[in-house]
Amino acid sequence: MSELPPFLLFFIAAGLVAVTRGLPRQLILLATPVVTGLHLWQDINPGADVAYSLMSYELAVLRADKLSLLFGYLFCIASFFAGTYALHVKDTKQHVAGLIYAGSALGAVFSGDLITLFIFWELLAISSVFLIWARGTERALKAGIRYLVYQVLSGVLLLAGALVYYHNTGSLEFGHIGLDAGIAGWLIFIAFGIKSAFPFLHSWLTDGYPEATVTGTVLLSAFTTKVAVYSLARGFAGEEILIYIGVTMACFPIFYAVIENDLRRVLAYSLINQVGFMVTGIGIGTALALNGAVAHAFSDVIFKGLLFMSMGAVLYRTGNINGSDLGGLYKSMPKTTLLCIVGALSISAFPLFSGFVSKSMVMTALMQENHGYLWLLMLFASAGVFHHAGIKIPYFAFFHHDSGIRTEEAPRNMLVAMSVAAALCIFIGTQPQYLYALLPWEVEYWPYDLTHVLAQTQLLFFSALAFVWLNKKGLYPPELHSVNLDAEWFYRHLVPAGAQRTLHLLRGAKASTLTKVIAHMQGVKNQFGKSPMAKYYLSESWPTGSMVFWISAILATFLLLGLFGLRP
Amino acid sequence: MSDEKEKIYLFDRPENVNRLLKGFYAICILLVLADFVVHRHIGFGWEKIPAFYALYGFVACVLLVLIAKKIRNVVMRKEDYYDE
Repeated sequence: MSELPPFLLFFIAAGLVAVTRGLPRQLILLATPVVTGLHLWQDINPGADVAYSLMSYELAVLRADKLSLLFGYLFCIASFFAGTYALHVKDTKQHVAGLIYAGSALGAVFSGDLITLFIFWELLAISSVFLIWARGTERALKAGIRYLVYQVLSGVLLLAGALVYYHNTGSLEFGHIGLDAGIAGWLIFIAFGIKSAFPFLHSWLTDGYPEATVTGTVLLSAFTTKVAVYSLARGFAGEEILIYIGVTMACFPIFYAVIENDLRRVLAYSLINQVGFMVTGIGIGTALALNGAVAHAFSDVIFKGLLFMSMGAVLYRTGNINGSDLGGLYKSMPKTTLLCIVGALSISAFPLFSGFVSKSMVMTALMQENHGYLWLLMLFASAGVFHHAGIKIPYFAFFHHDSGIRTEEAPRNMLVAMSVAAALCIFIGTQPQYLYALLPWEVEYWPYDLTHVLAQTQLLFFSALAFVWLNKKGLYPPELHSVNLDAEWFYRHLVPAGAQRTLHLLRGAKASTLTKVIAHMQGVKNQFGKSPMAKYYLSESWPTGSMVFWISAILATFLLLGLFGLRP
Repeated sequence: MSDEKEKIYLFDRPENVNRLLKGFYAICILLVLADFVVHRHIGFGWEKIPAFYALYGFVACVLLVLIAKKIRNVVMRKEDYYDE
């Protein structure tokens, strides 16, 4: 009992949730993450190692150290507030999928070998897609399929990489892999890269997440990318290429976030931006940077969950999430507004909020390693986050001009869930020592000194000033109903259009070949008609039907002969 | 809803918005002044520029928005672009 793998509790709960309704189900939803969290806290020590045998192969299902435990606690917290947020949902498949999804995330971070990791990796993909499909729209169905293709591809690459890795090293242990492992290293690297939304491999996220259900997106934002961040931290810490990938991830989505209308898609872009900070930290690879990366994952799950919850509440109450159609909602949803602002301040890394204490570690690490220009780019990305997630999200939803929409405050369970997340944001921001104590690498760091606080406050206030100024000048781009082309254009437009064109071309070629061949044959026929041979009976062209007729006649004769016992 | 007169909310009064903005500008000014009083630790050379972070934040965000508007010319399509 003492070393029960945590994912099992979630899988059992998923089974129970499938057969219960009403209050018992709600209790299971709330109790599972609490019990699992306590189990992790009390019973599982760093160094635990449990393996199950499956067909003579040892699956290392519970390998615990400080790194996996940190993500374990985090996933329990996330599924607690996401579960609370979804208490009102009656749809059984969403609850079952959600619990299996959260359980698989726990399974993945405690996996000690690559095959176990692969199993949970695929379970994550398959369970999570139901949270998109549960929306029930045509768009969601299609987006879900595109999402699934990416996720399964990532799994296939992981399996291929694991097998090559085994072939080369004779081991499947999931430890540091590194790109020096050659093709195996690269295959696994790209598998992790898809799930952590590397540039050009990211569009499953911005395409799929905004199409999921109100409650589903909250779960989605918590697990997939963070499992990938964990895996990169374990397998590829200190790979320099990750710094450049991470900086790109932090910078390019903010431009899209500024012009995107669907506010949950704005948050999806900002999720990539935040993961960019984590990936950069992993790439730097010093103790401070790695701690910063995983600490930022910890804060991000909570504040991004909070933001997705507040936008989900808006969608739930108004049925709309386009910036162009919303505005003035602070009048009907004042509590949601306030909680959203806490999330916005946290993601923007305001002092006293959670983003500040974790992001500053990555920034300081960049400075210590003397990456001057990259540091400037990340500072740009930090200002940009505040601009789109910190100001744009609350401003266009809750303030701006009054859209005339009058609705109710979010349901009580949603408010409780958001309050839990908001309280954690402030707790982590004001009392960072508790989070720091959980961090895997040994390093002394304290974020609150005058320089840091002043610099960050100046940066943020003047970013806000830019917003005010641009708005007053009428330079701020209006929210418009639109689609912005991104990497998915290649497979949603270019490839289908290319395929259409190719088909069209082939069809034309077929038609012209046929006319040519027919004309040629007609010519041959005409030539033959003129020759003396043409007057013989056998040289006439017969319809195929006559041949069929004569064959049936012969067969019928044989049948009759057979029936009467006469053998020819 | 239409019968009863709707409540006037906090930001329905322009003077409240103005008050908020004035407070905000005041904080911005104080933050810049603080830069001349407080001695920041310097990691990179460009941090020595007075009010470096304030300038950088402002310029970064203006550039961000102006470039994003330009990007719109290239990437923006009608809402049903992919549905056709």
